[in-house]
Amino acid sequence: MKVQNATSYILLSDKLNSLIHSLQQAGYQVIGPVIVDQTIIYDHINSADDLPQGWTDEQDKGRYRLKRRQDSAYFGFNVGPNSWKKYLQLPRRQVWNAQKTADGIHIEPVNSAITPLAFLGIRSCELHAIAIQDRVFLSGEYHNEDYKQRRQSIFTVAVNCTQAAATCFCTSMNTGPAVSLPCDLEITEIINDNEHYFLLRCGSEKGELILQQLPVTPATSEHHQQQKAAISQAEEQMSAGPRMFDSSDLQALLYRNYESPLWSDIAERCLSCANCTLVCPTCFCSSVEDTTDLSGDHAERWEQWDSCFTADFSYIHGGSVRPDTRSRYRQWMTHKLATWHEQFNTSGCVGCGRCVAWCPVGIDITEEVIRFQKADSS
Amino acid sequence: MIPDIFYVQRRIEEYPGTFTLHIKKKEAHPRLSFQPGQFNMLYAFGAGEVPISMSGSVYNTSVYIHTIRTLGQVTQALEQLREGDQLGVRGPFGKGWPVGKTAGKTVLLIAGGLGLAPLRPLVYSLLDKNSAATDVRLFYGAKSQPEMLYSVELKHWEQQLTLQTSVDMATPGWQSNVGAVTHLLTATKIDPENSIAFICGPEIMMRFAIQELIKKNLPRASIYLSMERNMKCAIGHCGHCQWGPAFICKDGPVFCYQEIYPWFHRQEV
Repeated sequence: MKVQNATSYILLSDKLNSLIHSLQQAGYQVIGPVIVDQTIIYDHINSADDLPQGWTDEQDKGRYRLKRRQDSAYFGFNVGPNSWKKYLQLPRRQVWNAQKTADGIHIEPVNSAITPLAFLGIRSCELHAIAIQDRVFLSGEYHNEDYKQRRQSIFTVAVNCTQAAATCFCTSMNTGPAVSLPCDLEITEIINDNEHYFLLRCGSEKGELILQQLPVTPATSEHHQQQKAAISQAEEQMSAGPRMFDSSDLQALLYRNYESPLWSDIAERCLSCANCTLVCPTCFCSSVEDTTDLSGDHAERWEQWDSCFTADFSYIHGGSVRPDTRSRYRQWMTHKLATWHEQFNTSGCVGCGRCVAWCPVGIDITEEVIRFQKADSS
Repeated sequence: MIPDIFYVQRRIEEYPGTFTLHIKKKEAHPRLSFQPGQFNMLYAFGAGEVPISMSGSVYNTSVYIHTIRTLGQVTQALEQLREGDQLGVRGPFGKGWPVGKTAGKTVLLIAGGLGLAPLRPLVYSLLDKNSAATDVRLFYGAKSQPEMLYSVELKHWEQQLTLQTSVDMATPGWQSNVGAVTHLLTATKIDPENSIAFICGPEIMMRFAIQELIKKNLPRASIYLSMERNMKCAIGHCGHCQWGPAFICKDGPVFCYQEIYPWFHRQEV
């Protein structure tokens, strides 16, 4: 049907495949949530059957478990250990090939073919995370060309969150739960006693082209009411939870507390394992590895994710600038919540809660923020 | 970013373990211009890349000159390079010394050890006929006389600027000062209104040098220093060189003390 930009439409849940197929027809490889090793991660999907229908995730400090839902929701969970970062800033990629010949060194860049990807089920906090990485890789004097090309080719189907995991704190970081950044299509999944449908709205021309192909009907005010109520539910869950805090002054708070004894207290618990940085959707640090083959005439350069929690990360002649867990955790948290503002004019935290759930010893950044706030005001 | 290929035009052994390379672009194109205080990423085939400061004159447009100390795997590979051998170069990167602010000023150059290398382009610019600095004083501290950089040049410079040297350990024949280079500052008269200081050396040495300069009422805004951190990309993407809110690679390596003093005195940043 002919769709209009500002209007919302209804797609019945059993027609979800039409969306996936339209995206495939438009040349996108569709990436969405799938269950692997008892976690919901992001991977290629072929149809709605691949989605974790009827599953939810139960999360807490250092805890992540999948549980059966009472209903058949497709997006009835929050975020898992993957973020979309792995498709934009690849965990490992070759940068160049170098060859030594009789007339010297030749270096050729490795430009991998980029397939346009459709991200199905991206959350508001994750859209914010991508916007933050955009500032890192695309806003300065130098651009990350590989990231730029991947980024430009994506199609985003964002999902409004209608429930929050216990680890979620997007309301504290002002990034959700309602989709609050541009996307190509925005969907809300609604299940009530007699209906299961998606409320759709297009956010771009690309989105409009896809929406036109779907068997949708215009939404009524009642549908909008249900959408509003569903998103409010997620908001209320977070507002009533322990991870609600005022994030407006974190930069000054952490600068004031740079030498606080609380850092040593965290260091006694932190394993410096780097999990938090790897699950974080905004952490952007990388390292390079230069190798040669046995002949010594062929060399390669690879770039891969790195973490400020390793000893190598800050190594210069004589040792690591940050020699212990205290200085490394302080760097990570101060960067995320304070120095990021000076560097990129935004917080580096979107409140997705991944670092909370995937910390093996259950260190909770929100709990630590609140401890700093309390120590600071006493 | 892919490195350009350069070759070693000239190699000078400064003293064991420290050497200077004059490198020229393989193709006929001239090298890019640079500011004193900026750096290049030098790639030794298969071994990796390291950030190395410019040590040549901005007016010598045919080559880049880099003075390198052998410390890790990459600098060991660079040490093996001989005249004619090739290497990769990305750069120049970063913010350099504010040469424009030296007009009408007494310029205090304070170098510790290898810290003279990033200051040398500045010396050349200040001794050039275009310089508007009123006076140039170089304070240079090294471990010992055999470990002083550019010893022949130092003698020439002495004719054109005020040179004061100091060594940690006197060797036979040494007739100048012994002790930290910062002690030379203690005995120096400074007109705080009309002076500007550029410091490069180990952080501990820079800390003491700044302490002396502040004691002599030199404003923080008239003090510049060059910082060093682990670096992989040099373009603000890899995160390694973060120092508080700054990226050493793009916000530095040269910083105005006024801008960074709250961070400079903190440890393990």
